Amino acid sequence: MPGPKKKVRRFYDYSLLFVIVFLTIFGLVMIYSASSYTAQIKFKGNSAYFMTRQGMIALGGFVIMVIISKMDYHWYARFSGLAILVSWVLMIAVSIIGEEVNGKKRWLKIGVKFQPTELVKITVIIAMAALITRIGKDVDRPAGIVRAVLITLPLAGIVAMNNLSSGIIIAGIGFVMMFVASKRKLPYALCVLSAVLVMAFAGPIGNGLEAIGLLKPYQLSRIHVWLDPEAYPDTGGFQVLQGLYAIGSGGLFGKGLGESIQKLGFVPEAQNDMIFSIICEELGLFGAILVIYIFVFMIYRFMLIASNAPDLFGALIVVGVMAHIAIQVVLNIAVVTNTIPNTGITLPFISYGGTSVLFLMVEMGMVLSVSNQIKLEK
Amino acid sequence: MYQWLSGGVEMNRNQSYHRGRIGIVCLISGLLMTGLTGRLGYLMIFRSEHYSQMAEALHQRERTIKAARGRILDRNGTVIADNRTVCTISVIHNQITDKEQVIRVLSEALGLSQENVRKKVEKYSAREIVATNVDKELGDQVRNYRLNGVKVDEDYKRYYPYGSLASKVLGFTGGDNQGIIGLEVKYESWLKGQNGLILTQADAAGVEIDNAFEDRVEPVAGADLTISLDVNIQTYAQQAALKVMEEKGAKRVSVIVMNPQDGQILAMVNVPEFDLNHPFDLNVEPEEGAAATRQDLLNQMWRNPSINDTYEPGSTFKIITAAAGLEEGVVRLEDTFSCPGFRIVEDRKIRCHKVGGHGSETFLQGAMNSCNPVFIDVGQRLGVDRYYHYFSQFGLLGKTGIDLPGEASTIMHKKENMGLVELATVSFGQSFQITPLQLITTASSIVNGGNRVTPHFGIQAVSADETAIHKFSYPVREGIVSEETSSTMRGILEHVVAEGSGKKASLDGYRIGGKTATSEKLPRSLKKYISSFLGFAPADDPEVIALITIDEPVGIYYGGTIAAPVIADLFATILPYMGIEAEKGTVHTMANHSAD
Repeated sequence: MPGPKKKVRRFYDYSLLFVIVFLTIFGLVMIYSASSYTAQIKFKGNSAYFMTRQGMIALGGFVIMVIISKMDYHWYARFSGLAILVSWVLMIAVSIIGEEVNGKKRWLKIGVKFQPTELVKITVIIAMAALITRIGKDVDRPAGIVRAVLITLPLAGIVAMNNLSSGIIIAGIGFVMMFVASKRKLPYALCVLSAVLVMAFAGPIGNGLEAIGLLKPYQLSRIHVWLDPEAYPDTGGFQVLQGLYAIGSGGLFGKGLGESIQKLGFVPEAQNDMIFSIICEELGLFGAILVIYIFVFMIYRFMLIASNAPDLFGALIVVGVMAHIAIQVVLNIAVVTNTIPNTGITLPFISYGGTSVLFLMVEMGMVLSVSNQIKLEK
Repeated sequence: MYQWLSGGVEMNRNQSYHRGRIGIVCLISGLLMTGLTGRLGYLMIFRSEHYSQMAEALHQRERTIKAARGRILDRNGTVIADNRTVCTISVIHNQITDKEQVIRVLSEALGLSQENVRKKVEKYSAREIVATNVDKELGDQVRNYRLNGVKVDEDYKRYYPYGSLASKVLGFTGGDNQGIIGLEVKYESWLKGQNGLILTQADAAGVEIDNAFEDRVEPVAGADLTISLDVNIQTYAQQAALKVMEEKGAKRVSVIVMNPQDGQILAMVNVPEFDLNHPFDLNVEPEEGAAATRQDLLNQMWRNPSINDTYEPGSTFKIITAAAGLEEGVVRLEDTFSCPGFRIVEDRKIRCHKVGGHGSETFLQGAMNSCNPVFIDVGQRLGVDRYYHYFSQFGLLGKTGIDLPGEASTIMHKKENMGLVELATVSFGQSFQITPLQLITTASSIVNGGNRVTPHFGIQAVSADETAIHKFSYPVREGIVSEETSSTMRGILEHVVAEGSGKKASLDGYRIGGKTATSEKLPRSLKKYISSFLGFAPADDPEVIALITIDEPVGIYYGGTIAAPVIADLFATILPYMGIEAEKGTVHTMANHSAD
């Protein structure tokens, strides 16, 4: 690199840092609120069990984030090949010796218990950023597209076997990164359009797919539950309906922090995927919209950093993280509000989940590191 | 391998359209999220009420607060059906802090075995009932220990201070404090009151949330019911009935004491009675090998024969035949009849109870002798049509309308099937059946000046806070006989007691009217009888009328011999009690009719 680097003033996105800290602490408060009642029953009076655990991991994650943010992001691009290898090993391991919860193998226990899916997300972000930067204009040529698809789709596929929504997120991240690098519009527009059409005609399509054996009856039932949750209050519609009760009873300004009734065992594991419904119940429409626009602001910060990134690799890393956060937030809120069929997706920074918060912090470290290498010109 | 990472030139060249694309991604994300806020707005504003209500219904738990049942008071305000506070003691597993202490205290206080209590304390359930119907003092004692997880809930239980008194009239209540028989069921809507509600919020497991908003609907206690029964008269009548039942070895004895002027019933005794505080204990030992189930025996025990059973009234019914004949003018007191000891109607020979016959006698004498041929003749003079007309006009075809459940209907020939033979037997009270209450009500109406009254107990219902008083009213049908006929009937019946077949009912210093009867139970071949006597006083202006029926007396069974004295004894006690003073001097006789 030419020029005396040390004299250049570097940017550091404190706004983003603030948003991260705010969302994490807000998440801890909401986890406490949502889980304290059930935790004190489950853990012999330790109402802060979930919050304390999440808080410790978030604190450790924060330290890691700060360290990563001070590193040169080009450095860890070297590990993209290794990361893909590790991801494959872990994903194969988890589908064989993974701990089964509710019929899904998502947890791997090697000393500590964690979900390797979260690692796959970061792997795809780094690997795709590296690949796209390397192939340059091949990004719009079959050779480049095939390579991109070969990195993303098989990983997304193996993840989707036990965690459909994470598979969708991984594929989505790859898709968005390709879109940003590409100069073509039509193929991407068609992809989005077909996805929208599938959503719009999910009922008939689902019936058709089930008839020809492609969709299992339990998957079809999810679509029916989505279309009319009140018709299945005791079977598949229970979780969705309980979430809707929570949201609906929030009203404009909510019942007040800590006043949710639905968290008292009605919404199953209220601190997890459905935590947004408890936010709605306690803080109302006002609080819920505020939370959504904090995420919008976060994405706006990502956009600024990506646009001003010193190089395409940095920009693509930020775009990948942005895609990850955006897709996950949109899907989570869409599920909670029954806008799309129910599938397990956590709300970044807020939902309870150690692996999730740890790797989110790593991703934030990467973004901050990119921001830190933006040279301020004066 | 990663050479391209150091070359920044290439990337800078692409920045402008990359920025555009990044902007598009950001914009789409923002739009999607804004779209979701719209969805949220729809859910939280327009669907808010819908989901709030559904959520509310899910969270709310209702706990009933039992309303105190209204009391039943006799005419003097004596409480004859009351409530006693009892406690239900239960344990809530989750809230127990000192298990051993709870087990020790509960087993000691309630006299239960430790294992029994331990099983309930250790059972993981929302609420486990340890004991019910615990006395209030004991419940308070347990409550004073202030043990965590032990709940003492108060409840009401019906209590009858007089035990078996008027058991078949009052009735009793069941587990939910609901009336099962008698007045308790008839006046259920007045007595039961309205249960209150405690609405609390509960978590998904149904555990009530502490400090949650509580909505409370206070219970409204039931109204107190005042009835016309007089505990003292009822007690006298019951003693008299028990005495004669024992002396005569009878199966059952019923006594009805009523005010003939307005139909208020002062006493209704049906011995053997049963204990209202233990209504499910049989009052007799079940017969060995009897096919009847326990429930049948209970139903039998709870039955009120005064209104639920019918019988052939026999000679007491001659009052009705006489009144009809007098009212229609087909007979006068001075008309003479002759009794050869039987009367032949069509091809039947119907005997008089006096085998040798009464010979020549006036109508009044016939009535005093309770002579069957005389009343057969009166019936025949009336004919089927006119007799049936009066039978109906006197109210005998319908029910009396008493405020007790299960009143039996009259069993009577159809008019078109009634020939002269049937008419003859009906004339002296055979071949049809009515309830004892129907007989006393009809007799009351004939001697009270011709007003068909509705026999009843209920006088008024007073709400628990004494703000609302509801007086019950009952229909009266006037002019079923003329005042003149009524007066003549009083005279005839006074003669029956003074000098005729009912003279064992006479009482020094009182003018008493009445009529005896000895009815054969069906089938007649069994030779079982119901002896009865109907009497009223004072004969010239009756204030009280009483009917006694003795079911299957052993030995002498003539009503005039065994039933009439019981009423005399009863009147001797209750007339002074009712403020009807005896006239000094001799037994009154009617001056204007020459009886002898």
